Amino acid sequence: MHFAVVVNLLSVVLIAFAFAMLVPLGISLHLDDGAERAYDIAILATAFAGVAGYLATRGRPKALQARDGFVFVTLVWTVLPGFGALPLLAHVPGLSFTDAYFESMSGLTATGATLLSGLDQLPPSINFWRCALQWMGGLGVIVLAVAVLPLLGVGGRQLLKAEIPGPMKEAQLTPRIHETAKGLWLVYAALTVACALAYRWGGMDWLDAVMHAFSTLGLGGFSSHDASFGYWNSPLLEAIAVAFMLVAGISFVTHFAAVHRVSAMPYWRDAELRYYLLLIGASIAVVAGLLVMAGTHADWSGALREAAFNVVSVATTTGYATADYSAWPVFAPLWMLFIAAFATCSGSTGGGIKMMRAVLLVRQATRELERLVHPRAVIPVKLGGLVVENRIIFAVLAYMLIYGVTLASITLLLTATGLDLLTALSAAAACVNNVGPGLGAVGPAQTYALLSDFQTWILTLAMLLGRLELLTVFVLLTPAFWRR
Amino acid sequence: MKIVILGAGQVGASVAESLLSEQNDITVVDLDGPRLRALQDRLDLRTVTGNAAHPGVLREAGIEDADLLVAVTQSDETNLVACKLATRMFNVPRRVARVRAADFLQDEQVLGREGFEVDLAICPEQVLTEYLVKLVEFPEALQVLDFADGRVSLVAVRAFQGGPMVGRPIRDLRSHVPSVDARIVAVFRQDKAILPEGDTVILAGDEVFCLAASRDIRQVMQELRRMDRPVRRVMIAGGGNIGQRLARALERDYSVKVIEHNKRRCELLAERLERALVLSGDATDEELLEQEGVGELDLFIAVTNDDENNIMGSLLAKRMGARRVVSLINRRSYVDLVQSGQIDIALSPAQATIGQLLAHVRRGDVVAVHSLRRGAAEALEAVVHGDRESCRVTGRRVEEIELPPGSLIGAVVRGDQVLMAHHDIRIEAGDHVIVFVSDKRNLSRVEKLFQVSAGFL
Repeated sequence: MHFAVVVNLLSVVLIAFAFAMLVPLGISLHLDDGAERAYDIAILATAFAGVAGYLATRGRPKALQARDGFVFVTLVWTVLPGFGALPLLAHVPGLSFTDAYFESMSGLTATGATLLSGLDQLPPSINFWRCALQWMGGLGVIVLAVAVLPLLGVGGRQLLKAEIPGPMKEAQLTPRIHETAKGLWLVYAALTVACALAYRWGGMDWLDAVMHAFSTLGLGGFSSHDASFGYWNSPLLEAIAVAFMLVAGISFVTHFAAVHRVSAMPYWRDAELRYYLLLIGASIAVVAGLLVMAGTHADWSGALREAAFNVVSVATTTGYATADYSAWPVFAPLWMLFIAAFATCSGSTGGGIKMMRAVLLVRQATRELERLVHPRAVIPVKLGGLVVENRIIFAVLAYMLIYGVTLASITLLLTATGLDLLTALSAAAACVNNVGPGLGAVGPAQTYALLSDFQTWILTLAMLLGRLELLTVFVLLTPAFWRR
Repeated sequence: MKIVILGAGQVGASVAESLLSEQNDITVVDLDGPRLRALQDRLDLRTVTGNAAHPGVLREAGIEDADLLVAVTQSDETNLVACKLATRMFNVPRRVARVRAADFLQDEQVLGREGFEVDLAICPEQVLTEYLVKLVEFPEALQVLDFADGRVSLVAVRAFQGGPMVGRPIRDLRSHVPSVDARIVAVFRQDKAILPEGDTVILAGDEVFCLAASRDIRQVMQELRRMDRPVRRVMIAGGGNIGQRLARALERDYSVKVIEHNKRRCELLAERLERALVLSGDATDEELLEQEGVGELDLFIAVTNDDENNIMGSLLAKRMGARRVVSLINRRSYVDLVQSGQIDIALSPAQATIGQLLAHVRRGDVVAVHSLRRGAAEALEAVVHGDRESCRVTGRRVEEIELPPGSLIGAVVRGDQVLMAHHDIRIEAGDHVIVFVSDKRNLSRVEKLFQVSAGFL
């Protein structure tokens, strides 16, 4: 463990974070929304912490080991929300640190669970900051998933390899991780710009367009309106949002490969992508059918519109809403929350266990069943034509076990604190999978505000665990990690 | 003709044997001395021990005045290098190489004039696979052979009681299937060839060779035996080179199981095959066969490297209820031993694959040669050249051509048209003529018939 190196790197991130706060400050000054003092404090505090940490650890060896990586990543996602919470804490009256930290964590993990209401009355710069947190969170997630986690051996490098379509399988996208990360950055930024332009064209004002582009691409789901996308009630805007949510749910590695080679082949060859689109397409059809049959909607077009937007929003772990879907026939919201656990592709900004792991699990399960019939058969688990090593399968199984136990423990803890089962389970799932709104008392029409401080902290932890793919955090809790 | 053969394996030995019977001087080169000696004991040829890719060894084998080089060693690379050397250093006019890796065949440059200068690349495994696939498509046939780019097929069928044509004279075929122009070119009864006349009666148990346009083959076969239900379940014993190719070719359309005893090889197979089920175990393991439902199999194909395993596995499968079993058998004596016994088709890989090579070696413009009945008879496809004066075939009616006994012209392919050779058809230059030769000793006389006399050239 090189604690100094970790702190040094963290300080650099903090300084960059302080610079990022200059943007909402600029907006605040420009619009004169009365929140500029909040940023003064936040920027000063963040920059001070960053510079102090940097100076204190200056001149230390720069080599970061795999183990330090776990600590670094976990620290980034626990310290940044603290500083990100400062503007909210300073400006929103009556907001406790617990609540501000939750909100900030929800932003940086691109979850989208909020406990603020009256968003329309908040200064625009504060809403901008919330959305910007999600955008930065999404960016961090991509780099984390594609460049960092494989290096740490979480998820396994082979998983990443299998995901890069075509002849590039053997090689990385570019010779250096550094270059890869930059390429992914650019794709992410370009898609964000495209999304913002599309929203503006669809009828949002510039500020809303940019904010919603941020939270769309990050698959976060923060909005500047309490009614979320229902505020505009525009089929065009909803269609744009659906399209970009779907795009952000695809692996950015695939996007990058497609851009890099100027060809659509990578999409075609992406084994995960097919299942992702199929699952979401089928779910939309089923939910729409259910809405018509239950009489929630009389006509198909209205049902399809609502089903498409809300199913995509929940399944991609975004969390926008145009309807209070918790009032739909109970199968629909439960199904949406269920598929959110695994729908998005690995390497996207979505949460959950990712489609790749789900596909591997299903393949492994069918393999075991086939073996019962043909005990002597040699049946490899394949993904995209490549054989997945047994070691990876075991890792995925272990991951699933940890995931299941985590979800169950959080649900149980929440019920122990007095929540009803539906609220507890849906809140746990919504936070671990980084969806945002749950059901029951934390449904799409409500917020997380009614939770006690303890419950809020549990869910804050849930968001962190889910975002860092569980293992990154849990490895810090093993004695072996701290042993020399 | 002076011929140098590199490699004394199964392919090399059977090439040597086939070519020897046609009065050629043959030298065989191989690394394995004892194997060469064994070959020399059996056949009248010269042998040289050494690495076939070394110029010195080639020179010792008399490559300098060879007319043909046949490079069929185990190694693609050795074969290719030998061909290149033969062209550049020794001016050998014709070169045939065995090339297994599909990679070499993808780009014409590799084998062309700029590359290794191979005139003909043969891949016995591929030929054998295609041959086996045909047998799966036509489970009733003993042999299915294509001529004229697949426009004409020759099938060998065993006549069974219950087929409409069985017990009737051959001339009735026309009235039985008026829409189809087919021709029975030979009938083998108790291993003796009967040259079919119009009044020859087909008996149950006869092996009938029938020539027809490829699309009509199924209909013709129906006349000779009851059709089985089509093949659905196939088991392949042996996941080597042939087993893998076969499984790949069949797995889309049939339910395929492959048995392979080598664990590592199993994993490799499972990786490369998409739908076929790979089983780890022995082809002679009764328990495994039972477990995997051998009794419901439509076809069991044994293609391991080991003759005895193939035979035993096939016999076992047959006894346990497999509808039809096919076994790959290298040793000629074994083939004769098991054919027409319990094993439905005993296949000699050398015989199945040698045709392509023989076609290349033959005089005259011979496009395809297929050996039938394990080499006892042959069917060849020749292109007619010249005119009435320079060639003894061109411009004549079929009945005028003086074929040696036991031979007959089966069909004529003119452009896209397939004509059954009735006695009054006049043969023109450019026609592809398919000739059936029931006695191999007459082969060279048939070939001479198609040669254009020197004056014409």
